[in-house]
Amino acid sequence: MQLSREALIRAYRQMKTIRMFEERLHDEIALGEIAGFTHLYAGQEACAVGVCEHLGPKDYIISTHRGHGHCIAKGCDVIDMMKEIYGSRDGLCKGKGGSMHIADVGVGMLGANGIVGAGAPIAVGAGITAKSNGTVSIAFSGDGACNQGTTFEAMNMAVVLKLPVIFVFENNHYSEHTGEAYAVGAESMTARSAAFGMKAIKANGIDFFSVHEAMRELIEWCKGGNGPASIELDCERFYGHFEGDPQRYRGPGELDRIREERDCLKTFRARVTEAKLLDGTELDRVDAEVTDLIERAVAEARSAARPTAAQVVEDVYINY
Amino acid sequence: MAMKMIRDVIRDTIDAEMARDDSVIMLGEDIVGGNGSAGGPEAIGGIWGTSGGLWAKYGADRVIDTPISESAIIGAAAGAALTGKRAIAEIMFADFIGVCMDQIWNQVAKFRYMFGGKSRCPITIRMPYGAGFNAAPQHSQVIHQLVTAMPGLKVVMPTTPADTKGLLAQAIRDDDPVIFLEHKALYGVKGEVPDEDYVIPFGHARQVTQGDDITILATGMMVGLAENAAADLAQDGIGCDLLDLRTTSPLDEEAILDSVERTGRLLIVDEAPPRCSLATDLSALVAQKAFASLKSPIEMVTAPHSPVPFARELESAYLPSPDKIVAAAVKLMSYRRG
Repeated sequence: MQLSREALIRAYRQMKTIRMFEERLHDEIALGEIAGFTHLYAGQEACAVGVCEHLGPKDYIISTHRGHGHCIAKGCDVIDMMKEIYGSRDGLCKGKGGSMHIADVGVGMLGANGIVGAGAPIAVGAGITAKSNGTVSIAFSGDGACNQGTTFEAMNMAVVLKLPVIFVFENNHYSEHTGEAYAVGAESMTARSAAFGMKAIKANGIDFFSVHEAMRELIEWCKGGNGPASIELDCERFYGHFEGDPQRYRGPGELDRIREERDCLKTFRARVTEAKLLDGTELDRVDAEVTDLIERAVAEARSAARPTAAQVVEDVYINY
Repeated sequence: MAMKMIRDVIRDTIDAEMARDDSVIMLGEDIVGGNGSAGGPEAIGGIWGTSGGLWAKYGADRVIDTPISESAIIGAAAGAALTGKRAIAEIMFADFIGVCMDQIWNQVAKFRYMFGGKSRCPITIRMPYGAGFNAAPQHSQVIHQLVTAMPGLKVVMPTTPADTKGLLAQAIRDDDPVIFLEHKALYGVKGEVPDEDYVIPFGHARQVTQGDDITILATGMMVGLAENAAADLAQDGIGCDLLDLRTTSPLDEEAILDSVERTGRLLIVDEAPPRCSLATDLSALVAQKAFASLKSPIEMVTAPHSPVPFARELESAYLPSPDKIVAAAVKLMSYRRG
């Protein structure tokens, strides 16, 4: 299905926002501006955006430790996210969660998650609500989480209960520092999903259009009361497992090659300009606007209010 | 008023809460039972008899029979609760918490905090627990000491039918996550239960017996044992102020400290092993905040630092008993400062 110009620009803007958000974080972390562990999503933008462009606020997603891209794609406020990562009390989670726990339940984003494989069971529960609302629930997982027993339990339960849950496996070929070829025992992640008794397909995770088309089909399938589905997205991670990872597991020239040949933003730009769907100047304008947004986000985050010691014990309970 | 067993109070309270609020759902292994079998659904109705008839009344979308998948049960309840449902999850034996600890400890307990106070996860996790059935080390344990230590959870341990009704209704209506611990040995306990709708707020201990000589603190099955011991001690002229804590998080510090300040002696009865336990926690509380009132060292009757054994003789020796409680009380009363 041909997307409108507005839809194309919006998708590009979302992907570009994620890319620039992450590249800027990479620089700021190197300068020592940001505390804690950060896992960057750059390279996988077509996955988050290709999925989330189909979703509304009553559709739910749950994310991973590499969650910034999913948050942005689902509609979390970029400036409030940056403030959160800087640890401000005005951050999206008041500085309590940080990079690994950004959430905004109000927009259907049930959280990045520091525990690999913890998301899929929670997505099953959101699927119970989604079933009563006529919406869908999405569990983003990686090729690492696909080996967790929790993920297996969640997939089986979603099949048993016939819930509208889509298990999205972003296969960036590394679970932390270990290759997929070693850690995924099955011949294919897609075949393993199918073995749970659900519809399972594979798409090209560096091509927004491949992801977007495949997800359209799966969402229709799930909303049709057919139970859950799974999709494996073949994609690339442009940075290490965490910021500071020396990435000694990469082959010679591997990072240069994937950045040159398997960049979803370059792929998108080439596709839409060659097909004359958009022209380069329109995309350049988006680039400039996103550059300004990220600049503003960092400036505001740097000067945002810091939390106080009294806030340590706030929000543990609603009532205690 | 009606005479009811605790197991029936639990079922009836869930029924009443599901009737008054459409967002209440429940999930667990065999809470319906018989699905996919020749016997058909409701062949079981919950192995503890705490969910019979609910599936037929509320349907499979609200009374959700699950595979044996504890992580997915808690995760699913959590995800549903985060998105607008009010979820009741049953973990068939509290011992199985090990399988789903991540979902309880890293997810449910922390959502609201991690998300900056912008989420709500109204989930009640029901867990039958405790020893007394020769069920051996993996089906007999108490776990209140683990969950009481986790910020973000509330922990409830009812001991009477009337309390069970009010505390379970409060748990289900509560907007915070609640661990609701049901002692297996108490399911058959009968008592008067008021007919009207009521809740019992958390953090308020129940005064079981009154006395001026010793404060006894207990939870769960230990309350009944301590009550028996207190009756024996009363015959010897020793008056016990026995408090059933009802909830270990929040804790009724005020009732505990008031009592100890009056009696000057503290005896704690706990079904858990002694290290890093509720007993040591209560002991520390009193030592810190009521030290000047104490006339003798604090006494504890607890399980030993061992797993729960299988054989009848071993399990009896493992558990606290009225005799052990009486012996500890006598020791407290006979203490003289050297």
